[in-house]
Amino acid sequence: MTMQITDPAVRRTARARPDYRTQLQNWIPKLVLSPSLALILVFVYGFIFFTVYLSFTDSRLLPTFGWVGFENYEKLFRLRHWDIAVTNLVIFSGLYIVLCTAIGLMLAIFLDQKIRGESVLRPIFLYPMALSFIVTGTAWKWFLDPGIGLEHTMHLWGWESFSFDWIKNRDFAIYTVVLAAVWQSSGFVMAMFLAGLRGIDNEMLKAAQMDGASNWQLYRRIIIPQLRPAFLSAFVILSHLAIKSYDLVVALTGGGPGRATEVPATFMYSYTFTRNQMGIGASSAVIMLLTIVAIMVPYLYSELREKK
Amino acid sequence: MGFLDISNATKSYGSLEVLHKVDIQVEEGEFLVLVGPSGCGKSTLLNMIAGLEEITTGEIAIKGTAMNGVHPSKRNIAMVFQSYALYPNMTVGENITFGLEMHGVPKPEREKAKAQVAKLLQIEQLLDRKPGQLSGGQRQRVAMGRALVRDPDVFLFDEPLSNLDAKLRVDMRTEIKKLHQELGTTIVYVTHDQIEALTLSTRIAVMNGGYVQQLGTPKEIYDTPANLFVATFMGSPSMNLVPVRIVEQGGGLAAETFNAAGETVYLPFSAPSAELRSYAGQTITLGFRPEAFTDPGGADRDAGNIVELDSEVVVTEPAGSDTFVMTVLGGTECNARMRADVQVRPGDVTRFALNMDKAVVFDPKTEKRIP
Amino acid sequence: MSVASSDTAVRTGRITRTFLYLVLLLFALFYLLPFGVMLVNSVKPLEEITGGNMLALPQTLTLQPWFEAWATAQIGVEPTGLHPYFWNSIKMVVPAVAISTILGALNGYVLTKWRFKYDTLIFGFMLFACFIPFQIVLIPMARMLGLSGLAGSTAGLVLVHVIFGLGFTTLYFKNYYQVFPTELIRAAQIDGAGFFRIFQRILLPSSGPIIVVSVIWQFTNIWNDFLFGASFADLDSQPMTVALNNLVQSSTGVKQYNVHFAGAILAALPTLIVYIVAGRYFVRGLMAGSVKG
Repeated sequence: MTMQITDPAVRRTARARPDYRTQLQNWIPKLVLSPSLALILVFVYGFIFFTVYLSFTDSRLLPTFGWVGFENYEKLFRLRHWDIAVTNLVIFSGLYIVLCTAIGLMLAIFLDQKIRGESVLRPIFLYPMALSFIVTGTAWKWFLDPGIGLEHTMHLWGWESFSFDWIKNRDFAIYTVVLAAVWQSSGFVMAMFLAGLRGIDNEMLKAAQMDGASNWQLYRRIIIPQLRPAFLSAFVILSHLAIKSYDLVVALTGGGPGRATEVPATFMYSYTFTRNQMGIGASSAVIMLLTIVAIMVPYLYSELREKK
Repeated sequence: MGFLDISNATKSYGSLEVLHKVDIQVEEGEFLVLVGPSGCGKSTLLNMIAGLEEITTGEIAIKGTAMNGVHPSKRNIAMVFQSYALYPNMTVGENITFGLEMHGVPKPEREKAKAQVAKLLQIEQLLDRKPGQLSGGQRQRVAMGRALVRDPDVFLFDEPLSNLDAKLRVDMRTEIKKLHQELGTTIVYVTHDQIEALTLSTRIAVMNGGYVQQLGTPKEIYDTPANLFVATFMGSPSMNLVPVRIVEQGGGLAAETFNAAGETVYLPFSAPSAELRSYAGQTITLGFRPEAFTDPGGADRDAGNIVELDSEVVVTEPAGSDTFVMTVLGGTECNARMRADVQVRPGDVTRFALNMDKAVVFDPKTEKRIP
Repeated sequence: MSVASSDTAVRTGRITRTFLYLVLLLFALFYLLPFGVMLVNSVKPLEEITGGNMLALPQTLTLQPWFEAWATAQIGVEPTGLHPYFWNSIKMVVPAVAISTILGALNGYVLTKWRFKYDTLIFGFMLFACFIPFQIVLIPMARMLGLSGLAGSTAGLVLVHVIFGLGFTTLYFKNYYQVFPTELIRAAQIDGAGFFRIFQRILLPSSGPIIVVSVIWQFTNIWNDFLFGASFADLDSQPMTVALNNLVQSSTGVKQYNVHFAGAILAALPTLIVYIVAGRYFVRGLMAGSVKG
């Protein structure tokens, strides 16, 4: 090929001026995102890192940097107090998740039967979700108080033998926390399942009925399996709420009677801020984080990957 | 150098090249249609012209100025989108003038331009409505109005008719063609509909797999498709493709094949090229369109080389204006376009007339047309 | 059989339906009872509560407990009632909701319409931040607020709530803008609108519903927060929830149940009103954080 330059203006196209606006437009989105990202990186991930570090130090009242390795964790797992908190969390979260899901699913299926007054019932089931755990705790604390609440009322009504003193009973107090928490959250789970049910194609259900499926079979074989995403979401949200269950315990039982309703969230708070055992408090927070990570990371990963 | 120059433009996502060295020169006033199946790269190419997607290598120039890296709004182009992309919160009038407003055109001029365009497209009575209150056809007009008002160098259309119902689509097609004739604008138009491509364009680029398969006038594309892909993609019903053996016959060349009953049929070529001669004895693919294969009474009187042959009818499909008659040649089904009132029934053996002037041949290995 | 109308495929008989209504009503009672009883007893004089039946309607109706809870009840050491804390909460909630919603909207816009490499990863990091147990940041947060002089201030609480609300607001706007036609953005680009102009002229006018969701969600969450308020606020910035807990848990003197109830309802009122006015959106907000689509 011979290079024959005749008239460059004709042979070659002119270059456009460098377009600063286009360059800037490429940077603006990243600039807009960066403050949020910086906040999160520092205040969430930086702080997580800091707490993890603290959990390996001998910090007591204030953060110090004497490295003690896994000593805090060893201490933590030997503490009877922590043992109680973890046991309570297992009982609480297990019952809480199962009951909320069961009640929520049942109410959603019932409400989905062309119920008259659905528009009245739905908000009644759901309104506790709008309340603060502190308000919920206050209401239930009194309602369950044997001296003045339900038990007292039953006695006044002449049912002298009625006894419901769980909130004062070391062995049963944790179940009152479950009760109040289920009261608060089950309506929300109902709403999630209801939305799932409403999203199911009616024509497919009609087809299943033509195939001769009974109502029971319809739900068990066709409908409930399709609610899988709602189950998954409910599980994730509920377990997230359960492990953070600090406010409710504080308002309802204050961790008592004794330490009977202590959970990791209250444990962490009292060891860090009132008992001046910051190293142990930090290590308990790390354990809580790891539990959430085990649940959330696979969930988020699958959600975000599918959305691509 | 054309009005719109696409030279060696490629597009890659990471290591995946989706558009391979596209070279197209568009002259001022031309109506270029990019047509191909979905995923062929036609919309990507259009977006690259618009500046909505970066050009990986190569260059796109408008009026001699390279547009690589230039912001879409600085290219003096306008685009009509498949979904019309009307701003739902603005009235029709505001939709039309938004671009002028963004380019700092003073209000009185905007109003004047809006009135002109509204009159041209007969949407004056819609100017105060929101897009949500319009029918599909009206939205389409507004979208075109928004493009026209800018008076751009190049109009880009991205499948603008695919959301309309069949009848409206034909009407709007005519309207777009009229507009182009009146205004003499330069248009690049993307569609997957080969009929739209043939009716609207002054030139067509048929695309597949990120390559331009053929660039030419509608007549070139239709009559002499460059390869088997273009042959089958363009035209409906699509071209009949029959495996034939090239044999010498009386000094000329003929295609040897067999009919539904297995009887050998010879189809002599009108003026075989030297290239075709070199295929003597080999099996190649013979292509002919349904309208070149008809009943003897309906055959083109001006044609110089009509071959008649008998074959059994498999299926008939009356289509109102014509009747399509299916038979088997060389083991493949062939579609003949006969007159509407032709009397044939499945199972009959009837006489077909094949216009060999219009036949084309392809090398089955390279899939390219043998000239 | 004919009770169910034709548009639902599942049909139920009369006995089943009676059972359905019974169960639903029982649960309605379960949900209404604690709060309803609290409401009824908040307008009773104290002796009627301690001496009487909690389910009985009040014999003498009094608004005194409400007045006391609002204006004179002993909170900690001061007999101020809850009202200063109510305003503390308002001063904290309004800027925190506004800032986190604005940032969330911009983030959602960037993450859907101006995508770049690793944007999904960045979003994942932001989203995960909403789900961490807050205990993990409590210690450094307290240190940081102390060192920067923000400890015990409303500004400090606003900062904390913005940070931990960002993931959710970004999620809402991202999900919403995801289905917003990208062709509209492209059309506006060709028309010559830049990043902010497209946001302001094209996206924002269509964002009403999701702004409502984000505001309600953030308002409810921040108003109802206890942990951060209890950890980082002092007397001048304590939010309503913390003050209510102080009121209810105070061990001095006779337990004034009716005042506690009135206080609890006062603390719940803003979110309840929001819920009653815009409950549909509240549900949508809760869902947007969980169910896909």
